[in-house]
This record gives sequence, structure tokens and C-alpha cells, in this order.
Amino acid sequence: MRSEKCQLRWLAHARSGDKGNTANVGLIALEPDLYPLLARMVTVARVARHFRGMVSRVERFELPNLGALNFLLHDALDGGGTISLKTDAQGKVYSTALLRMEIPVPTAVARRFRPRPARPR
Amino acid sequence: MSRVVRVAAGQGFWGDWLEAPVRQVQGGPIDYLMMDYLAEVTMSILQKQRSRDPAAGYARDFVPAMERILADVAAKGIRVTSNAGGVNPRGCADAVLDVARRLGLGGKIRVGLVTGDDILDRLDELLAAGHELRDLDTGRPLSDIRDRVRSANAYLGMAPVVEALRGGANIVITGRVTDTGLTLGPLVHELGWRQDDWDRIAAGTVAGHIIECGAQSSGGNLLKDWRKVRGLERVGFPIVEAAEDGSFVVTKHPGTGGVVNLASVTEQLVYEMGDPRSYITPDGIADFTTISLRPAGKDRVRVSGIRGAPRTGMLKVSIAYFYGYKAVGTLVYAWPDACAKAREADRVLRARLADLGLEFEQILTEFVGADATHGRLAGPPDPDAPEVQLRIGVRAREKAPVERFTRELAPLVLTGPPSVTGFAGGRPQVEEIVAYWPALVDRRQIEPRVRVEILTA
Repeated sequence: MRSEKCQLRWLAHARSGDKGNTANVGLIALEPDLYPLLARMVTVARVARHFRGMVSRVERFELPNLGALNFLLHDALDGGGTISLKTDAQGKVYSTALLRMEIPVPTAVARRFRPRPARPR
Repeated sequence: MSRVVRVAAGQGFWGDWLEAPVRQVQGGPIDYLMMDYLAEVTMSILQKQRSRDPAAGYARDFVPAMERILADVAAKGIRVTSNAGGVNPRGCADAVLDVARRLGLGGKIRVGLVTGDDILDRLDELLAAGHELRDLDTGRPLSDIRDRVRSANAYLGMAPVVEALRGGANIVITGRVTDTGLTLGPLVHELGWRQDDWDRIAAGTVAGHIIECGAQSSGGNLLKDWRKVRGLERVGFPIVEAAEDGSFVVTKHPGTGGVVNLASVTEQLVYEMGDPRSYITPDGIADFTTISLRPAGKDRVRVSGIRGAPRTGMLKVSIAYFYGYKAVGTLVYAWPDACAKAREADRVLRARLADLGLEFEQILTEFVGADATHGRLAGPPDPDAPEVQLRIGVRAREKAPVERFTRELAPLVLTGPPSVTGFAGGRPQVEEIVAYWPALVDRRQIEPRVRVEILTA
């Protein structure tokens, strides 16, 4: 099957929060039928590579009932809470940083969910 | 139709929208108003306030909020649950009773006061008895920082809230009761649930989690289709309508803005999530992988199927301790090459700090407009960006280096790279860092000392 790269923003939405120095990102399939693809392709290894240098360790939990994956990004927040000097000390927008990630998807899926680039007139 | 209990969220944190509790009380029928004020670091802020003024130490916003709704609450028979009491629930209760008297509602308001979560005065006794109160994240024993502790509170669950409601309270004021306990308590009381009916306890806990952050489950901060979310200027805060079997509907008052749909509820469910199979509270353990959501009409989502497991023998303790000092300062650099100018300013500033021999635990630089929220994932900075804000923060155990740092920012305006502005706010403030130390304690050390009193105006 032909595949191409697709940014997660076209396949999922997300929300993130914190527990101490750990950020969590809940990644939620935009359509229920996208969940198996996300579960297969958004692996711990890929997410750890995406955030390399920014987090120490990645854990993943599956919630097929909600079409969601939950990621824990350890040591992501410069100490977290009141200690952190970061603008995003509580990891509120780590969610959107994960949505930048690209995964390979079948071309049919990319065509269905990714907006076409505007054609010059 | 079988009976439902309606619990409405009135505040999702201390600082939330002041209009929300009023709209919840006036916008349609509700049975309970749940007002959550306490985040992890709030207790230490409140402790600091109480050390300066013995009458302070609670979320002061709660009192004027109650003043605005108390007449409606009394007339409609609405009951309020809140952890606004912070480290001084008695002071908070007294303030609310004063308001009730002033409004001529003396005979109609009964405050249920919950105490016993505050263990600051018991720490040495607990440590001596072998309770190490190790940091759940780092494993270090509390003795490492004992002399710097500012506040210590055990997280209580719904049990004292239920007891207060049984005692006839219509306003329940607590200290560090869990956010979810403020919703679960009313459900247990009204629906006659057993406190060891783990599936129902889990269901009520999930209901509490969905509404504990206020509008974050009803259209606020909703990413999916955010452009289609209408009327956030009059956003409706969430309401749960719970049935005896533990199923419930999440909704909001008609005519309000925002949206309650599968996306809004799911985004809130995953917020601050750890292991979804094991959402641990003092009342039980909820398994989020058992949650079933389905649409149930406009702005209505039905939640069912939730399974739980027995509570553990431990309670979480929230300890706040003095950590050190920090300061964050900003300058704005304008086009052209805004980011390159900001980078050069950062280099100059760091070199000056090093020349002064100042020692910091951390110096963190962000370029707002280029990389502040996504780091290197944002890619190379746009050389044509109209402006970039240099944001630089320092942290140290001692105050002196942080103080000196705050004097080094303004000089950059005339001694650094060009096209710089945005220093009108003056030099950065030195902030004291009070940090959070989560620990566990045997619940038998805490629960026998929890007290519920019913106070009348």
C-alpha cells in the first residue's frame, strides 16, 4: 500500500497537563476509525525521538474506548510547578508540540484528512 | 424518568471566571454547586497569607461569590460544596456566616465545616513514628527538607462532605478535600451509594474529574474544531446529571455559550492523566479505560460503564516547602533579524552574569515568537518576524544572585544589540519559590482526626 507522511494535527486533537516535572499529552483520534492507525504508528519510540533532548523518558497508555493514547513525558518541565522557569511551566501546550509529529499513513488516509495545498490561480 | 442529581461546576480554580457561579445558580435548575479552588501550590500561598494574618488563609474570592448567590441558594434549596477553606476553613466559614447574617439569611444557612486535613503541626510526630513522607517523584525522605516546610495537608475524600450534608449543611466548606470529592460527596449522599460500591464511587469520581476544571469540559480550551465553538463570552460551565446506577449526563444550561460534545469531554478526561487504569483518589480507584461516552442530544454527553477498584490504605499528602528564588525578565527586539538580535542580547547577558561570578541553579532563555513553547520543534526562526521577545529566567538557592540578575536586564537597552523596546514594566521581581512535595501517609493516621461541625448563622 502506498504511504506518505502526515502531520498528527490532521489526524488527532490533544490536551496536555502536568504532574510535577512530568507533562502528559492525551492524543485523541479525530475520527474513531483513525485510532488503530494512531495506536500502531504513534509509538513510544517515535514520540521519544520527536521529543529527544526535551524529555528524559516516554510512557504510553492506550484508551481505545476514548480513541485516545496518553503519553507521559518525564522531566519535560524544567522542574515543573513553581520551580520551572519555562513559559509553559505546566505543560499546557505540549499537546500541540506532539501534533507537529509526522507519521507514515496510507495515501488514501492522507488524502482524506490532510487539506490540499491551495493551488495558484 | 428516574431521579437525577444535578451537580454544577462554579469554579475550576482560584482565579476562575467570577460570573460562573452566579450563572449556574440563575441559569436553570441545579441541586449542587461545586466550587473547586485548590491547586497543588495554592495551599502554600494560603499558608503564607495566614502567617501574616491569622484571619486569612482561605480563597477570599469565595466570600463575595457567596454573597452574590446566597439568597438564591437559600430560596432554591441549592447546596454548595467547596474546598475554598484552604488552610483556614474555620475563618472561611465564619466569613460566609457573617455574610448570611448581613443578608438576613441567618436562619437559612447551615455551614458544614470540615477540618483535620492540616498536618503541619503533626509532621514531627509522624516522622518520629516512622512515617518518612518520601517524595513520590524523587524518593527522598521528608527529613531532607523538614526545616523548610511551609504547609502540609492530607487529601481527604468525599466522606466528610457526605457527613456534613447528612448533618443538614447547605454550604460545605473544607480544606484540602480532593476536587473530585466535592462532586462525589453530593452523589453518594443523594443517591444513597455505599462508600465501598467501587464502581459507583469510580463513576462519581469521573463525574467530578469532568467538571472540576470548570469550562474546560464545556468548550473552553477545546482544540478540536475550536473555530466552531460559539459564544465563549457567555460560556456555560458544565453540569452533571447523575443517576442512581452511576451513569450520568454532562451538559450545561440552555442559552449559554461553548459546547458539550464528545470532543470537549474527552479532552478533559485526558487532562493531567497518568495511568488511565488507575486514577487513584482517597475514595477509590477509577479505570478510565472503561468509560463509555455517547452523544445524547445538543450539548449532552452520556457517560456510563465505569468500573472501579477498592481504595488504598494510603492518603496523598501535599507538602509545600521553601526552595529558593527566581526571576524572569523580558525585552522585545524588532524586525529586521529580530531573533538574531535577541540571541546576541542573551549571549551578552549570560557573559556578564558569568563575569560577575554569579551562580545559578538554572538560566533558561526562550525566544517568544520563535521557540518558547515548542523548543527546537518550531524549526529555524523566521528572519522576517516582526518582533521576538527575549525571555530569560534564573533560579538559585540564594537570593543575592537573583537580585543582581534583575539589575542586568535594563542596561541591555543601551549597551546591547539594537531595536529593543518593551522594558516599561521595570526590572523583574525576585520571587520566592515554594515547591511541592507529594507524599503518602497511612490513612489511619489522618481519618480519626477529621472533624465535621455544623455551624448556623
